[in-house]
Amino acid sequence: MTPVSATPTLSGAPHSTGVLSNLRWLVSDTLTLTRRNLLAVTRIPEALFFSTVQPIMFVLLFRYVFGGAIHTDATSYVNYLLPGIFVQTVAFGAVSTSIGLAEDLQKGIIERFRALPMSRGAVLLGRTTADLIRNVFVIIVMTIVGVLVGFRPSTGVPSYLAGVGLILLFAYALSWGFAIVGLSAPNSETAQVMSFPLIFPLTFISAAFVPLSSMPSWLQGFATYQPFSVTVSACRSLMVGPASTGTGRSTAFWVVQALLWTMALLIAFIPLAIRRYRTRT
Amino acid sequence: MTIAIEVENLQKTFTGKREVRALDGVSFAVEEGTVFGLLGPNGSGKTTAVRVLTTILRADGGSARVLGHDVWKKAALVRTLIGLAGQYAAVDENLTGRENLQMVGNLNHLPRSFVTGRAVDLLDQFNLTDAGDRPLKTYSGGMRRRLDLAAALVARPTVLFLDEPTTGLDPQSRNDLWEVIEQLVGGGTTVLLTTQYLEEADRLASTLAVIDHGRVIAEGTPASMKADLGATVLEVGLPSIDDAQRTGAILDALGPHRSVVTGTMVEVTVDNGPQAAMIGLRALDAEDITPQTFNLREPSLDDVFLSLTGHRTEAEVAVDGDGDGTESPRQKRRKKRMEQLEEALPGLTGEFS
Repeated sequence: MTPVSATPTLSGAPHSTGVLSNLRWLVSDTLTLTRRNLLAVTRIPEALFFSTVQPIMFVLLFRYVFGGAIHTDATSYVNYLLPGIFVQTVAFGAVSTSIGLAEDLQKGIIERFRALPMSRGAVLLGRTTADLIRNVFVIIVMTIVGVLVGFRPSTGVPSYLAGVGLILLFAYALSWGFAIVGLSAPNSETAQVMSFPLIFPLTFISAAFVPLSSMPSWLQGFATYQPFSVTVSACRSLMVGPASTGTGRSTAFWVVQALLWTMALLIAFIPLAIRRYRTRT
Repeated sequence: MTIAIEVENLQKTFTGKREVRALDGVSFAVEEGTVFGLLGPNGSGKTTAVRVLTTILRADGGSARVLGHDVWKKAALVRTLIGLAGQYAAVDENLTGRENLQMVGNLNHLPRSFVTGRAVDLLDQFNLTDAGDRPLKTYSGGMRRRLDLAAALVARPTVLFLDEPTTGLDPQSRNDLWEVIEQLVGGGTTVLLTTQYLEEADRLASTLAVIDHGRVIAEGTPASMKADLGATVLEVGLPSIDDAQRTGAILDALGPHRSVVTGTMVEVTVDNGPQAAMIGLRALDAEDITPQTFNLREPSLDDVFLSLTGHRTEAEVAVDGDGDGTESPRQKRRKKRMEQLEEALPGLTGEFS
């Protein structure tokens, strides 16, 4: 082995406690960890492949198997379905935030981070930012798949992009929620099984796949105004027009509700996740 | 001489399902530019001490200073001065070796151009250049540990913490890593090393503290510890466990410490080897006990540990199941000795019958 030189000439980083430089390091460390988390996604192409295949299967299943039995008046079922699929896909994808964090805790990499002069907040910010960027990719893929099976957004590009923005913001709030799950789980496998009981009822007791009017009346209240549904309805209004929701409400009504829910979730989840991270590490 | 690491009466109790007093008043000091070995079995508090010193964990009481800075009050500053390589090889297995080193460099807020060059140098120094652009999941255990150590060195730390750097490695990789660590010390870096391998502490550390149940139970140089124990170890192999028990009782009188009986082997440390051997043989003869083997040897750190704690280093590993399933050098030696004995046994039994 060649000689190792470790002469202590450079004593680490310039040390500063100013607010501005702290903020600068928070941004730079978050970018470093975002890059690290995204690289990990590309290094496991199988995971990327199958996490894309699953929502595509849902599209095909509902479009061609169940769709014929579901009646939507204002628009074709495929137009009704796709905004729901988008929200379902990012919600299922948010589980990866919990798995990723649980894995980092389990493997001791967060221990190493704790001994580095980096920003404390960068671990959670880097994780949720990486998941946000991954969701952009997911929405692009799902839009292409949707168009291939007959999805025809009709409200113009700006409105469509506003819908995408709303989904991404909602997904970002969910990431923080699942960060709490990941930080509470003993390992990544448990993080995964802990996440699905939370995701399933919210995804399926919603406006995502079937018209709300087809549900029993005692279920309609919850199914209409829970955060997943509200986001789906807002996106549906923005992408295919307000009539497509079948609720008689305006686009603004749903968008405001969706934004309020998303803000409420962010305000609740972010401090909880930070506190959980502090006690766990 | 300047003190690089100073620990005074450090306390840490973990509360949970059952209360564990991990650090029960640990004190020690490490001189700048030396290797200090913290030696102890699994669960003795070594890792907890390292976690406190590397700012990861807050102690309940006592003080810990690195280069004069309190590790909790001045944590941000201390983190810029230290490097940590852990027993779990905390590296990102999805990233390549180079990406891992660059990530650690960036998180140390070092200039990008410096980080790029430093990664190239470190990969070269640790013989990882060929593997530098492969994801870590393709690395062998030894390569992973080398990269973990390289990652700890990216920011050129003044004080380096190595928490069981070779646990679970094969002998060849262990030797390679030992060479690297020896070269590091030549460069003036202060190293705190924890280990449960006495051989490792003996080879690398200039000063040792033996830690057990969260307390330092002995401190000194490897040589002084061995000298304290007694000059020579008398090692007697008996044909039966019963004979070994009787022999143990007889040989208790020979040295400053009691004899230790392990199966059919009896060990006792003595001050004057040849004299003790003569007395011992006469006493055994008088009791009609005929040994199969009879050796005088230099004491090892294993013997030191045994006489200090009353238990062997591996014993706890086997009991609490935290061991990684690999054999310690001593277990290997013992196994080899048993095999040699078995090979020699047919001839021996003929001679003794």
